[in-house]
Amino acid sequence: MKAQVLAKPKAFYDKFERKGGTNLETTHYCPGCGHGNIHKILAEAIVDFGIQDRTVLVSPVGCSVFAYYYFDIGNVQAAHGRAPAVATGLKRSNKDSIVISYQGDGDLAAIGGAEILNAANRGENITVIFINNAIYGMTGGQMAPTTMVGQKTKTSPFGRSSENEGHPIRMCEIISTLEAPVYVERTALVDFKSINRTKKVLRKALQNQIDNKGFSFVEILAPCPTGWKMSSVDSQKWIEEKMIPYFPVKVFKDISDDIEPRSIKKKTLTDKEILDVLGLAPSGKADTVDKDFLGKFSEQKMKIAGFGGQGVLTAGVMLAAMAMEENLEVSWLPSYGPEMRGGTANCSVHLSNKRIGSPLTTNPNVLIAMNGPSLDAFEDTVEKDGLIITNSSIVDRKVKRDDVKAIEIPLTEMASKMGMTAVANMICIGAYLELTKVIDTATAKDTIKQHLKKKEFVDINLKAIDEGVKYIRENYS
Amino acid sequence: MSNEIVEVDFQLPAIKVINHLCKGCGLCIEHCPKNCIEFSGKFNQLGYDYAQYNGEGCTGCSICFYACPEPGAIEVYKKVKGE
Repeated sequence: MKAQVLAKPKAFYDKFERKGGTNLETTHYCPGCGHGNIHKILAEAIVDFGIQDRTVLVSPVGCSVFAYYYFDIGNVQAAHGRAPAVATGLKRSNKDSIVISYQGDGDLAAIGGAEILNAANRGENITVIFINNAIYGMTGGQMAPTTMVGQKTKTSPFGRSSENEGHPIRMCEIISTLEAPVYVERTALVDFKSINRTKKVLRKALQNQIDNKGFSFVEILAPCPTGWKMSSVDSQKWIEEKMIPYFPVKVFKDISDDIEPRSIKKKTLTDKEILDVLGLAPSGKADTVDKDFLGKFSEQKMKIAGFGGQGVLTAGVMLAAMAMEENLEVSWLPSYGPEMRGGTANCSVHLSNKRIGSPLTTNPNVLIAMNGPSLDAFEDTVEKDGLIITNSSIVDRKVKRDDVKAIEIPLTEMASKMGMTAVANMICIGAYLELTKVIDTATAKDTIKQHLKKKEFVDINLKAIDEGVKYIRENYS
Repeated sequence: MSNEIVEVDFQLPAIKVINHLCKGCGLCIEHCPKNCIEFSGKFNQLGYDYAQYNGEGCTGCSICFYACPEPGAIEVYKKVKGE
């Protein structure tokens, strides 16, 4: 006799190999857990809609963190509460994918409160499945934002009190007040009627996404017999008696029939367009370079250090930008405290003919010390035969090392004479370029013209470069 | 395996509880409108008193299939339409 068989949907793996261990056929969920039912109806819908090869499930932190053991579809496991943010990225970068954010109440309503509200408010074209079991199940039954008043949990052993812990949060109600969501409904797993309704609701939420209608949110009141310390059957009764009166099961918002499918036009920018927009378009002068840096050093590993406000970070950025103009490999890594001015700051800059392995500079071969503490801090780290430039206006001692090339320049005084102490960094760059010839001064000036945000200060900065060059020619050649 | 046509040698409609996958939560027993599922009184390898079909009365309504949280523990066999 022929029979039509209803069995495990094909969107599940035959064997749950990823689970490991000896039992590869059952889920890790407890007896009577609602996740199993929801997984089953979701898997069935995925098969029926023919979307198995383009569906990505974003699993949360919680018991369903292991959803990827079971579903034979794409899966990304997000950090706690961040599933809607990850889903946003997945959907926007691949708009033909069907992205489902699957989250529990601790994940979605507590730590992930901002992510879900903002994903909903943006109207991301994703489907969010929110499993509300009024407890933190995986971690051992602690109180969740959705825990009922009076409900005893590990962390509310005398029952949740509204005075102390507030009232349970109603996510469907909150989300349905937002403008963008297309479909918001709450269902429950209590009897066949409600399970059947959940089936329909999940399918509608998926269909909305397939039709590019926008954000759909399905909250499912599900049992956690272990966390609630009840039998499976009693758990379903508890949902009906305790949860549904507070969390009404109904459609909160459905505008899916009234809205047109959305199409977000994706603009793809070329590298050149991006650089143009940022005002960083290379002048395209030098093609290849074969530079001989400081004799034996194949890579300039620089440490530029000083007070915050002396422009040490800017000097580093400028040097890196200048070197990029000459098609060198560069890196720039700042290190500074929270202060805008007055603290100490330093940056590491690497310039090389070859790809740069690490942007960190523990042993620089060039140290620019704009103040005394910087010389104290970094002098000993400089490589043998390296270069140390000190700002002799405020560094009141000589370089102690005799195995390095030491250059003293009264940077602050010179800048002050020019009428702007802030250009001390550019004088220093001019001096550095004259000493090392790493970058052509003409390239350096073009870069300043292009990169300096305040164009009224271009001239004085260019003049500062010349001053630095002049000082080295007059004093060190 | 979902909605496939297979050859069977038992009376239709019927359900099968795959003994070693059942966790004994009892939800199929609770929701079966014909009360034709029962605890077996025996324990499977997982240590659960698994459910079983008592052999008569199944209408193929599939309520137990959806009430069961375990993906593969219950299979429902129905007559093929038109045959």
